[in-house]
Amino acid sequence: MMRNAEPALDVRGLTKRFGGLVAVKDLSFQVQPGEILGLIGPNGSGKSTVMKLVMGIERPNSGTVTLSGVDVAGWPTHRIARQGVGIVFQHSRPLHRQTVLENIKLALLPDSLFRLVADPLVDGRARAIAERLGLGNVLDRRPPTLPFADLRRLEMAKALARDPKVVLVDEPFAGLTPSEMTMFSELIDDFRRDGRAVLLVDHNVKSVAALVDRVLAMYLGERIAEGSAESVMRDETVRRVYLGGAIETHPRKELDARTVEPFLDVRGVDVRYGKAQALQQVSIHVNEGEFVSVVGLNGAGKTTLFNAISGLVPYDGEIHWDGESLRGRSPAAIARAGLVQCPETRELFGDLSVRENLDLGGQHLSAASQRAQLAWLFDLFPIMAERERQPARTLSGGEQQMLAIARALMMQPKLLILDEPTLGLAPVILEQLSKALGRLRETTPVTVLLGEQNVTFALPHADRVYVLEHARIVWEGDPGRFAAEMGTGYL
Amino acid sequence: MNDARSFPDATRMNRGPGLLRRRGLWIAVLVVGVGAAGPWWMSAFYLGVLTTAFYFGVFAMSWDLLFGFAGEVNFGPTFLIGLGAYGAGLMNNAGWPIPLCLVGGASVAIVGGLLLALPALRLRGPYFGLVTLVAVLLLLDAIVIFAGFTGGEIGMMVPSILSVSASVNYWYAFGFMVVSAVILFVLSRSSLGLILQATGQDRIEAAALGFNVTKFKVAAFCISALFSGLAGAMLTFYEGTASVDQMVDLSIAVQIIIAVVFGGRRTILGGVLGAIFLVLFNELLRPIGQLNTFVVSGVALLVIVFYPDGVLGYALRWAEKQ
Repeated sequence: MMRNAEPALDVRGLTKRFGGLVAVKDLSFQVQPGEILGLIGPNGSGKSTVMKLVMGIERPNSGTVTLSGVDVAGWPTHRIARQGVGIVFQHSRPLHRQTVLENIKLALLPDSLFRLVADPLVDGRARAIAERLGLGNVLDRRPPTLPFADLRRLEMAKALARDPKVVLVDEPFAGLTPSEMTMFSELIDDFRRDGRAVLLVDHNVKSVAALVDRVLAMYLGERIAEGSAESVMRDETVRRVYLGGAIETHPRKELDARTVEPFLDVRGVDVRYGKAQALQQVSIHVNEGEFVSVVGLNGAGKTTLFNAISGLVPYDGEIHWDGESLRGRSPAAIARAGLVQCPETRELFGDLSVRENLDLGGQHLSAASQRAQLAWLFDLFPIMAERERQPARTLSGGEQQMLAIARALMMQPKLLILDEPTLGLAPVILEQLSKALGRLRETTPVTVLLGEQNVTFALPHADRVYVLEHARIVWEGDPGRFAAEMGTGYL
Repeated sequence: MNDARSFPDATRMNRGPGLLRRRGLWIAVLVVGVGAAGPWWMSAFYLGVLTTAFYFGVFAMSWDLLFGFAGEVNFGPTFLIGLGAYGAGLMNNAGWPIPLCLVGGASVAIVGGLLLALPALRLRGPYFGLVTLVAVLLLLDAIVIFAGFTGGEIGMMVPSILSVSASVNYWYAFGFMVVSAVILFVLSRSSLGLILQATGQDRIEAAALGFNVTKFKVAAFCISALFSGLAGAMLTFYEGTASVDQMVDLSIAVQIIIAVVFGGRRTILGGVLGAIFLVLFNELLRPIGQLNTFVVSGVALLVIVFYPDGVLGYALRWAEKQ
């Protein structure tokens, strides 16, 4: 019975430093065959680094990674893969000119320069794996023509092809619809039934709670809790790290808006993408100095609305800015008029430093006001000052978002449009970001239009809230009433 | 001349690509037959032009294997060609017979390929591309510095030549090109070609699937160097000279790249089409003087801009739709 007790993956004292930063600190954990371990932690906690260390994509500074009795720490990736580890990457990059079947066959080929023709068995195995993962109907299709969920299936098929003893899955449910999530849960559950050891890496416990046997929570490279999903969710430290909390609102004195014309006035705007109606008779207005949130789920039309305002998509209806119609103005002219959008994709210049990104935003300012603006931004986002010389690409997700907002603010916008700033960010980062927005609202006269899926984030600073649902505005009111009137209906 | 997407085991292919494959094979046999009969229906002028074009075609195919399949941005294919040409030429001048010189020239090119592979394993994309450009410049410098042995910019005469007969020279070149095309084409469609494409697209993912990326990259460089070097050496013994202008200069490197993109990247055989087009029309348009290169490059540019998949890539897509 000793063999059964041997873990499939045994990690001990794993440490990884990047320069001065300790990304993973003396971490130990085991995964048994037929067990699913959830490795969770907010952005920058080191969980992705752990996965890379196990797979050999990064080399650990110290510690052991033992696979069925063999220490593979520091081995090259392909040897670790041959030792029985498969990985499902979050972003798939299949061969585009080969079919699904050929992509799976690729994973079954031997690591040999001289086997030019694949073993006849490979074809049958590839078909069987495809069938099992529900790719049977798309065998002859090429990846670019497949929907997102099928691409994820293809990634799983490739990872499964070599019959790995240990499977690493990076953010298994990112970008999937609820019904697809159920399907993928079942697939991962099958891995467990096959007796594989599974390591799921994700942001939060909730999304993987139903699936995992055990959870290991990480923060700043260290283990902060380990145990059942319920016990980890109840854990004090975890709760502190993942400060969720109830919806808060900070009403401020009623802005005297009736006397002036709205700053931004969107009237009856329609946008169509081919046959799909992305916006239908949407009317919103934003007064000077106001902080307005538009909340809505993914696909409700928030980004389309902002793009229409910024002149990036054609629309029917009227959009007025400071009393004048924006129709026919180029996106650049609209931005110069002080209407600055901070897109959800962030669009940073990755190879340029933080400072250079900010300087680009402040191109049109005089040297003196550029300095003043920069000083103010460094005060608003102290982390930006610390990272001043670092390339933007090397920042964490949350820091990149702060930089994107800071760069937009460098342009001294009259109206700042923030599209989904919380996308992909961990709760602890949200809190920092939320504080920065709060200070922004209190210390400057800037007008903000925020688009958000995350209500807890969107409401605290809002003066007024719109709810966008299936291309239409379905509710408008102050945040205090939101919980009472919309709270349960929203999700 | 074949379905670019079919897997090597043709017997199990489903009907569509299978048919296409069989038709492609017949077209290939026909083209080879007509080509081999060239000396019976072409004038000596055309035989001479095509002889050069065939060697050029091998340059293009070797480049396509490295760039189109292994994803290595090599802006200096003439580095490997020049090593083969000058290596073989020097050996011939030292008294070695032609067959030994061909082997020797190819070996020198392979050593060059290994040298290129070293930076390729550390650098990506444009950075590696820059290394390949510098490699060509270094070779040019070396040839000029050691002009006593290499003939410098004038070129290096070799005592032996392949043949004095235009027909025989044509057959040597044609045979060499066909054999190279078959080998490179089969390699590109084999398991090796598939793995090379995977390593070219994403090294980490390929490694995570259990492939030793270094090994495959080095192999790709060696294969490309072998054929480039051999073609360079053969061309030297056809011309009777190894010359900087015809085999090493960066403008030749650019022409090779244009030939591949024009003919169709990642098709191997497209490179031959592109090479024949470039060399043949450059000669045919000679009466219009200096304008010839301008016109040919202009046409190639139009094809590249409007049909980025190249002539063969476009033809394959069209055939697949039928």
